[in-house]
Amino acid sequence: MGLEFIEGNEAIARAAVKAGCNFFAGYPITPASTILSNMLRLLPPHGGVTIQAEDEIASIGFCIGAAMAGSKAMTATSGPGISLYSENIGLAMIGETPLVIVDVQRQGPATGSATKGADGDIQFARWVTSGGLPIIALCPATVAEAYELTYRAFNFAEAYRTPVFVLSNKEVSMTSEVVDLDAIELPPLVERKRPAPGIDYRPHDFKHPSEVPALSDFGGEHVTRYTTSTHDKLGFLTADPDLIQEMIDHYAAKIEAAADDLALYRYDPQDGADTLVISYGVTSRAASVAVREARKAGRRVSSLVLQTLFPVPEKALRRAMAGVRRVVAPEMNLGQYRQEIERLAPPGVTVAGVNRMDTTLISPMEIALQGELQ
Amino acid sequence: MTAAALQTYMSEEAGPLPFCPGCGHDRLLKELNRALTKLQLDPRKVVIVTDIGCIGLSDRYFVTNGFHGLHGRSLTYATGIKLARPELTVIVMMGDGGCGIGGAHLLSAARRNLDLTLLVANNFNYGMTGGQYSVTTPFGGRTATTPGGNVEGPMDLCATVAAAGASWVYRGMTHDADLADRIVQGIRHPGFAMLDIWELCTAYYTPRNEMNKRELIKLAEVTGMRTGAIAESSRAEFGAAYRESCAGAKKPKKTVIEKAFASALDRQIGIVVAGSAGQKVKSSATVLARAGILAGLDATQKDDYPITVMTGHSLSEINLSPQRIEYTAIDQPDCFAVISEDGLKKTRKWIARLPETCTLYADEGLPLPETKAKIKRIALAQTAKQLGKLSVSLAAVSAIVADRGFIPIDAIEEAVSRFQSRDIVEANLKAVRKGVELAKS
Repeated sequence: MGLEFIEGNEAIARAAVKAGCNFFAGYPITPASTILSNMLRLLPPHGGVTIQAEDEIASIGFCIGAAMAGSKAMTATSGPGISLYSENIGLAMIGETPLVIVDVQRQGPATGSATKGADGDIQFARWVTSGGLPIIALCPATVAEAYELTYRAFNFAEAYRTPVFVLSNKEVSMTSEVVDLDAIELPPLVERKRPAPGIDYRPHDFKHPSEVPALSDFGGEHVTRYTTSTHDKLGFLTADPDLIQEMIDHYAAKIEAAADDLALYRYDPQDGADTLVISYGVTSRAASVAVREARKAGRRVSSLVLQTLFPVPEKALRRAMAGVRRVVAPEMNLGQYRQEIERLAPPGVTVAGVNRMDTTLISPMEIALQGELQ
Repeated sequence: MTAAALQTYMSEEAGPLPFCPGCGHDRLLKELNRALTKLQLDPRKVVIVTDIGCIGLSDRYFVTNGFHGLHGRSLTYATGIKLARPELTVIVMMGDGGCGIGGAHLLSAARRNLDLTLLVANNFNYGMTGGQYSVTTPFGGRTATTPGGNVEGPMDLCATVAAAGASWVYRGMTHDADLADRIVQGIRHPGFAMLDIWELCTAYYTPRNEMNKRELIKLAEVTGMRTGAIAESSRAEFGAAYRESCAGAKKPKKTVIEKAFASALDRQIGIVVAGSAGQKVKSSATVLARAGILAGLDATQKDDYPITVMTGHSLSEINLSPQRIEYTAIDQPDCFAVISEDGLKKTRKWIARLPETCTLYADEGLPLPETKAKIKRIALAQTAKQLGKLSVSLAAVSAIVADRGFIPIDAIEEAVSRFQSRDIVEANLKAVRKGVELAKS
């Protein structure tokens, strides 16, 4: 117990250790590099492996291999690295690999501004690879949340056998804040479901499409298979359209059916509010100041802060939007999440974006002015 | 595993091998099977990792574990598996195509020398996609994408990985009588072992080029890519070396900060320190933030500096507040210290829009732009001369604290003595006292 003054990236690394992570591979890239350096300090004393790979493709490749050999694995990069992870993220999806991927977002596209923040990768994370399967993405606003959500990301990865994104931002990852990590409430640790010994193991077995298959490690009790090719429940290549559809439905159903479990958000409603501010990540902090000031000035404003971005917490969004006239959605991008809000907004509700991506934070004043909260 | 020896490591359920008549892969898989049968490893402790291409069909024909990965990336999965479970035997099967697209991984695996065995099924073209040229297509070789003959020079895989440090390198051909024994040798070698196995692609390369067993042998002679053992060394295996390098690693200590002082601060304030690389701007800002925390305040800090870290500006922004800090940018600083020309250059636009509520602490010699901020000149250059440039930022921070009094100066001294490394405490306490002096002058 006790207060520490640490940056978001250290909190992410410490959360990984808390969640039982024992394998990390990464390639240096600002603003994610200090996750690699923290993992280098933290994992070896716990008997884990931290390795700098020759490039981003190898980073995630190492992690997929280690995860399928029984490790709890994490990798971290920024937007340029996610571009290189893309194909392997698709592999991790259909291989049903538990894996935590941290994207410390920086101003893009391309090399962009290496040391400046943005939330430009929101829909990039959602549609990160070919095939269009659903993905889980969490977005922390503070150093404390970076800790909590990274820990939860491991739980989700193990519970649903899938890669999980932590969408941080330079402004969270490289800002130091006061935290007491031990005082942060965490759910119990989730360990992967393993098959009973002696059974005829099938690597992608399920009865109901949303059921998460048990996972036997390479080197474990059962001989197992893993493949990048379209495969059946046994992990064998198949060209049978019925089997192919069954597997695709399964990848989607296991995440869609878990939407309630995955939906993390903070809803702060005000009776009779005509305006709702929907925000996430570091911008939610300016939004909360804007909402507080608006309320002080007599305006009735509700606030919904999303920690889970994908799958979209649709129930929470619909409930919060019911009864308001306007929604204000500030984002450090050109309005990437606004399209999710707009498709769920009841008829007649207007959705106004407050958008900037000049590498600086959106201020409470801007949200108040452009969002007409004053 | 049962005590009875396994007669084969090929799966009966998988059926006959799927390769074209005369394809070298067929022979290679059978030789690998012979090798595995000689080794008698527990199939659960063996992972065959395959790349993309016809060779990628191979793993399912064995009773061992199988991992079929992305094109060119098979060595990366194998590396992850072997690092996570050193007791496993990991065999990678890749075509010449994979050696091209995965060239960086091939070089790195050789250099790293993790205990993997790589079998390259090298048939000089991409057999799965229609016979396009690869990194090993011989000069003049006709393929789907080199209709006039290949004008790129081929890559000598063995020489390349040997130069990169692979500790066991061998070149052979699928018709070699001792191939199974060579594969056994490669698997037994404790380090990165590569076997470059030349073979025929009867679907594409053989029909387009004069190529048969005799021509393969001739090609090796003509190109100087000799067969047999190419390199062998006993350099340290990566996994073992890594684990040894980590032995004795200690869990890092936490720096816990407990409230020890009081502060009368009643709102969030923002402090900016703008100086140069090498002036300890960041660490002085951290002293201020920690002092604030010692005084019961919430604090945030972010830093900005160019990628060439030893030159140019160094900028830190610190918020202190009796309440939880939400918004961390400082749009309206309360205190702004400019320590150097670099710091001034970086913040000139910002200084010009500082509000009148801000106090700007600047060295006497710095030519400031027009600003509404209240300017307080302090002798920072002289301080640097007296105490050294490592002391100037902390002196500036201490001058701000002494001048404004939002936390006691004792908290700064405590943050220095308690949290900074012993060898700099004395000098830094001197800098704090100098700062207090500067505030008075």
